[in-house]
Amino acid sequence: MSQLVGYTVDSRVRWTEYLPWLLAVLVYFLLPDYLSLGSRVLTYILFALSLDLIIGYAGIITLGHASFFGLGAYITGILAAKLGVTDPLIQLLASGLGAGLLGLVTGAVILKMKGLTQLMLTLAISALCLEVANKATFITGGADGLSGMEIAPILGLFKFDLFGKTAYLYCLFLLFLTWVVIRRLIYSPFGVSLMGIRENAARMHAIGAPVYQKLMVVYTLSALIAGLSGALLAQTNQFVGLNVLGFEPSGELLVMLILGGVGRLYGAFVGPVVFLLAQDYLAKQFPEYWYFGIGLLLVLVVLFARGGVLGILDKFTASSKARQSGAQSS
Amino acid sequence: MEIFLSSLVSVAFHGLAYGMILYVISVGLSVTMGLMGFTNLAHGVFAMTGGYVLVVSLSKFDIPFPLALALCFGLVALVSVVLERTLYARLYGEAELEQVLFTIGLIYMSVAVARLIFGTLQQPVILPEYLKGQFSLMGRDFPAYRVFLILFTSAIIAALWFGVERTIWGAKVRASVDNRAMAQSIGINTKSLFTTTFAVGSGLAGLGGGLGAEIVAIQPTYPFEQLVFFLIVVSVGGLGSLRGPFVAALLIGVTDTACKYWLPEFGAFFIYIATIGLLLWRPQGLLGKRS
Amino acid sequence: MTYALETRGLSKSFGALTVADRIDFQLDVGARHALIGPNGAGKTTFVNLLTGRLAPSEGLVFLGGEEVSNLSQSERVKKGLGRTFQINTLFSKMSVLDNVALGVSERLGLSSGLWKTAKSYANVTEEAMSLLELLGIESDAHHIVKDLPYGKQRLVEIAIALGLKPKVLLLDEPAAGVPSMESQRILSALDLLPKDIAIMIIEHDMDLVFKFAQKITVLVQGAVLCEGSPQEIAKDTRVHQVYLGEQRA
Repeated sequence: MSQLVGYTVDSRVRWTEYLPWLLAVLVYFLLPDYLSLGSRVLTYILFALSLDLIIGYAGIITLGHASFFGLGAYITGILAAKLGVTDPLIQLLASGLGAGLLGLVTGAVILKMKGLTQLMLTLAISALCLEVANKATFITGGADGLSGMEIAPILGLFKFDLFGKTAYLYCLFLLFLTWVVIRRLIYSPFGVSLMGIRENAARMHAIGAPVYQKLMVVYTLSALIAGLSGALLAQTNQFVGLNVLGFEPSGELLVMLILGGVGRLYGAFVGPVVFLLAQDYLAKQFPEYWYFGIGLLLVLVVLFARGGVLGILDKFTASSKARQSGAQSS
Repeated sequence: MEIFLSSLVSVAFHGLAYGMILYVISVGLSVTMGLMGFTNLAHGVFAMTGGYVLVVSLSKFDIPFPLALALCFGLVALVSVVLERTLYARLYGEAELEQVLFTIGLIYMSVAVARLIFGTLQQPVILPEYLKGQFSLMGRDFPAYRVFLILFTSAIIAALWFGVERTIWGAKVRASVDNRAMAQSIGINTKSLFTTTFAVGSGLAGLGGGLGAEIVAIQPTYPFEQLVFFLIVVSVGGLGSLRGPFVAALLIGVTDTACKYWLPEFGAFFIYIATIGLLLWRPQGLLGKRS
Repeated sequence: MTYALETRGLSKSFGALTVADRIDFQLDVGARHALIGPNGAGKTTFVNLLTGRLAPSEGLVFLGGEEVSNLSQSERVKKGLGRTFQINTLFSKMSVLDNVALGVSERLGLSSGLWKTAKSYANVTEEAMSLLELLGIESDAHHIVKDLPYGKQRLVEIAIALGLKPKVLLLDEPAAGVPSMESQRILSALDLLPKDIAIMIIEHDMDLVFKFAQKITVLVQGAVLCEGSPQEIAKDTRVHQVYLGEQRA
């Protein structure tokens, strides 16, 4: 298995890395009826990227990542519906900062723990957020959700239209910017040290690395990005409900990421595409079977297909290369 | 003052009943996680299954209550053995992420199955006549079923503690929790020990789910909703210990009941805050070992 | 006189079990020191106490004359204390070069760089390469660690520790698991280490110990039994009784 980050890894952009963006632009022109689904996919790719930073690169398992997503969504929703702050970029900024702050505070607690305790705390914090949103009906709308959101045109120029065209390009642009940042991060010395923490935290301590601080940075960044994706969801749907918080969306995101492949940067792209497309088609027709199918898929992936879709592709290309050249792959 | 004392007694009583149920369900999780080192998030599925078994036995098949309870334990234990031998055993020693994902997958599957078979509503529990009504104690009336719950779960817990602390099986469990490699090297068959302990723990969860069906409603989303409480009991109590989760479960039971009674606008808010605070102070749990 | 490393009254107990018993220990600058003792004597525990991985019940630790008893592992590393592990604690899915580069970049304070690619830090990769050359494993630089034979992995352990430019180096059983014919390679590597570093090894391989050490400390049940030159230790009857058996009379 070849190494993805490191001091000798070539980090120049491979041609295959242009494909997702090409595809996204093609969708815009060729499938105008599917743009709202498209925006949803792009939003979840952003969300999945943020989770991959934590799970795939830092190696921390969390069941409560939706806390940041949900907080971002609600901050935007409250600003738009209750406080009259309608500029989408300000909403985005506020959501990112708010979620980042939550990440800072919760990270300070969680990252000191290990194992079951850490896992359970991520769940407890998530349950806490859901409980607050559920009970604080005067600002969150409780179980009815937050509607009546007003979103002004972006930069005063680009109005959110009914066909979802603006929303789609908006999400795409934001995703692109974030991807650039994350990609640089992963290939930087900081990114390599994150990998070191995931591989062998004990060793990192023994070489004098400030493990806790590094984890705090990545956790807070991840929370911020998740908050941005939550804001996107709120802005494109113009509604926020309780389903953005809790175990369910956290679990769903986990499935998406595993499906695509953890710690591979593009697993976060593949997973949501496959999952959301399948959900759009299947879940409406057979909701319970869909749910069962996800569970079964998860079990099967863990037992037989660890690396997700990208892992399977990897094995496939590695074995066909081996057959072609007759030499061993690295 | 009178009214306050009266509600205090009521809260303590109901909190005790809830806490005991929580313990009976969660103790299996504490022991198997401490013993097998396996993060089994699907533990709530066993409790839920026990709940459905009870409800169906009582309402559809008219099975007498004691037998229905025995079924809760037995059937769930049996199912857990099958699952353990076929699926769980493949993942021992795997990384935590794999175990977490696997057990979440199990939760999804069982939630879907429960919805397909039973629908999404809460299951009503039809108690036998002799357990309905009120029970008089020291001039106060308490719901008879809750009194029965407290007494019966006390008996179960006593039997469990006796079993773990006095029998050979119990000694093997304690040794293996303490130091698995060492236990194997002195000839303890950890494989069959895992299976029997898993069966007992899951059976207890099923029994607890059935017994507690009146307090913690049986519905398909049960494993999702209750998971955090089981995990809180286990981590606050201390992984692998028997008494720690007992104290934790009672604390949670009483605190949750008190909050729901006096501060319903806050719901479970304080439980979560208290958990976070407690673990910051003692990360290994109340009675856990510092690793 | 300032010692490279010193402990005073260092003790550690777990309840009734004492694993370190009022240890007074001095490591000279540039020392070639060995710590020996029967299994369970508490040698690795002692190293864990020295590095800060384990907190003592009592006692003080001094690094180059400065008290470090309250500092964390990472802080002590920054002050010049390096160690290797008895069981390989490597980044097994990463390349040999990366394993060493991680330590080098930490030391140089470059590991928080967020923007430039790791590959562009030529000073890091060059230094890592030169360390690999020192230990004779530069040809394996791009191989994944877990694919290497065990003996070479032990050398990677040492290379990582060297990348920290320590003033004191604690090697926990550097030859452990290495067939005794290959331990010569370890010994040669140890000979090549800079003379100004104080080195202490824990070892069971007596050949290696007697060839390497100028001074030996014997640890039994968490307490220092005796100390001296290899010749003195070889003749000491107490050591014979407790450890060497009847092999060296």
